[in-house]
Amino acid sequence: MSEGWQSYVRRIEELAARSGLEFYRVDFEAVPDSFMMEIAVYGLPVRMPHWSFGVRYIYQLIQRHMGHSRLFEVVFPGNPGHAYLAESNGLAENILVTAHVLGHADFARNNLLFRRCQEQVSEHIVEHAANHARQIQQAIEAHGAQRVEAALDAALALEQHVDIDQPLRRERYPEFLVDPKVLTDDQFRKRFAALEPLAGGSAIEVKKRAPLPPHPERDLLWFVANYAPEMESWERDIFLAVREESFYFYPVFASQIMNEGWASYWHARLLREADFIPQQAYLDAIKCHSDVVRPIAAEDKVALSLNPYHLGFAMWEKIVERNGLPAARAIMQQDDDFSFVRNHLTRELADELGLFRYNARSDGQIKVLEHDLTELHESVLAPKYNFGAPIVSASHVRNDGTLELTHDSTVDGRGLDLERSRKVLDYLQRVWRRPIVLTTVNQAGSALELTAP
Amino acid sequence: MDEDGGNRGELSGAAKWYELFSRGARDWLRHDEKVREAVRANLPEIIAGGDVINGGARTVRVPVRMLEHYHFRLRRPEEQQGAGQGKAKPGDVFSAPGREPGQGEKGPGGRDEGEVQLLLEFKIDDIVDWLWEAMKLPNLKARVGPSEETDWIREGWDRHGARSRLDRRRSFKELVKRRGAPGATQTFIDEDLRFRQLARRRQPALHAVVFFMLDVSGSMSDRDRKLAKTFFFWVVQGLRREYRSLETLFVAHTTEAWEFNEPDFFQVSGTGGTVASTGLAKVREIIDARYNPGRCNIYLFYASDGDNSVSDAADARSALTAIAADACFTGYVEVSSGLSRQLATETGKLFAELQAAGCAAGSYALNDFEDVWGAVRHFFTAEAQAPESP
Repeated sequence: MSEGWQSYVRRIEELAARSGLEFYRVDFEAVPDSFMMEIAVYGLPVRMPHWSFGVRYIYQLIQRHMGHSRLFEVVFPGNPGHAYLAESNGLAENILVTAHVLGHADFARNNLLFRRCQEQVSEHIVEHAANHARQIQQAIEAHGAQRVEAALDAALALEQHVDIDQPLRRERYPEFLVDPKVLTDDQFRKRFAALEPLAGGSAIEVKKRAPLPPHPERDLLWFVANYAPEMESWERDIFLAVREESFYFYPVFASQIMNEGWASYWHARLLREADFIPQQAYLDAIKCHSDVVRPIAAEDKVALSLNPYHLGFAMWEKIVERNGLPAARAIMQQDDDFSFVRNHLTRELADELGLFRYNARSDGQIKVLEHDLTELHESVLAPKYNFGAPIVSASHVRNDGTLELTHDSTVDGRGLDLERSRKVLDYLQRVWRRPIVLTTVNQAGSALELTAP
Repeated sequence: MDEDGGNRGELSGAAKWYELFSRGARDWLRHDEKVREAVRANLPEIIAGGDVINGGARTVRVPVRMLEHYHFRLRRPEEQQGAGQGKAKPGDVFSAPGREPGQGEKGPGGRDEGEVQLLLEFKIDDIVDWLWEAMKLPNLKARVGPSEETDWIREGWDRHGARSRLDRRRSFKELVKRRGAPGATQTFIDEDLRFRQLARRRQPALHAVVFFMLDVSGSMSDRDRKLAKTFFFWVVQGLRREYRSLETLFVAHTTEAWEFNEPDFFQVSGTGGTVASTGLAKVREIIDARYNPGRCNIYLFYASDGDNSVSDAADARSALTAIAADACFTGYVEVSSGLSRQLATETGKLFAELQAAGCAAGSYALNDFEDVWGAVRHFFTAEAQAPESP
């Protein structure tokens, strides 16, 4: 790591604060590239062990060997935030990255989605995740690697299936149906009751057991942890640990375009305004910037995916130019990628960037479709719905403990991949320990049941 | 545990925890282990691949796919829409590059996974162990013949013996015991000394000789020979588990018979007809010249397409019966790729007769590489249950 960079950190921070960024202190740490790679694989500096991370690690290694994907920084929001920088970064790269990290820190502190999730998870996700890892290590010592792995297979397979609109620490459902007569906070009922006693005198109050779940439950990790008939407490803890980490990952996932765009906008702007940076470092940093926010399509070529850095950066530039910084800050606070793209990816900008929609057939033929802004928005956002996962809810638990899962194919548009779904049911069955039935639709659109065992 | 986020940082001079330990590598190893378990569960199919035997190597390489950690996914659609960027007009049509469209973001468990192939190396000994477990193959009974193979083994102690067999530890113990008594001398006396004794023991003959006899006449194709080779390879592996010393002998025949060394044996190909009795006579000759059937366990495995010349039937029968009398087991595999005649051949009949006569013998029709394990299982089960040959 190039020395000298440290001396710029303070000055960049001051400049950022003057430019209106509000962020908690960020601790910077330079780490070897190998560790950077692990952070990218695990998503957190210390995380529970699981073989699936090993698979991602191999892919990451291969990618790195092929010269793709170089990581400059990873930042963890919090108070203080923590940023890891690659030791191999040069001075210019580190200056750029510092400014970029401050953009992220501003975003994480002010964006409502981030704030809500951080209020749930606390500002110490890095420490929590390390605790989960330790807790799982203890479970391995107590119960054996195989049983722990079985629980993790199931929990991590469901990692996207959380309901972040519910609190992280969520109450169990009421066990009995609420009798409408005892709703005392209802003004009308109070006054009605005060008028005269009910005809028929004393009705026998029968407590009715509430159905389980009372409504289709999308938060599968929570539901299984709370209602699996024969799960052991350490297995429930594993499910809840994975769920907590998912709560942390959700805003990162659901505001990637905004967040990366915002950080890129700010590193570009802070670099422009930082008159204290030596000429050469400035040029190098700008070069690095243009690599980062480069569209995936170079010059005349056509790309079939979008670089979120590039898209977000272009959108923020446009918004600030058109509406001014205060309006941009308000958008940054209130939106997530869904509203951001729908509200602010305009026809002109889409044309300017050369965005298009296409249709890919399974035989590999790709056809560019007619311009349609709304449809373009949906194509950009489609992989982001529901944490990128199909909508599967727990719909019922039968008297014998059989779990019924229902896939909402009307929203998703088609049925589940049956082979994969069967495997997921197998994972889940090993912790639920009673039969599981999953309803989805087949190719023709008619209902189809998968069962385990 | 090693992973402790808490001690990050300020230990001056000390190596950081992440420099000492790679979680990625740990989880990768676990993945590898899982792949091995999966491979192990499907060994017979993988091993039957035929390319596993590479000239005396003690390992085989098996190509495997990376495992996928499954999530709920939508069915792959016929048509998929996505957003792209670049110079393209509505209506443009082009063909997709290798990459899947629309997978730009870092969702958990990318879809591209599963394309990388790993080459895993397995020790043949491990594979054989797993196979024996998985296929529930019985361990063979060594036919313990009367043996002159005697051995001196250590047995007990005595107060007298050659100086070289003095057991100092034992003797010292005796001294300590004796010194406990009042008025005892403090130095060694003759009564303290203990000498190791040796006894003569007869060892069962754990020695096996396996004859591999291959028909290399013109009707045996390359593929037939390769099938036979794969089969022979696993037979050797199986027998090696049972015998401390295993000798393999290779005999090939057409209308004549020759003894070969192992590398040449599998290369040899001949022309002309098939006269099995020549090969059997060669085996007999070798047994008589070099081995005492009472002292070692003799096995014969014969691979042929079964087209023995009809006029040879009587000679072959008598030669085979003579060998079977001295052998632990005689096995016949009929390699006839394409034509599954199911042992209804001249040679097939010979072995059927032998088996009917109560000899330890078995036959198996080997038509494809997938049958190799069926054949191995068949023979080893049959051998373990075979009656003691007279």
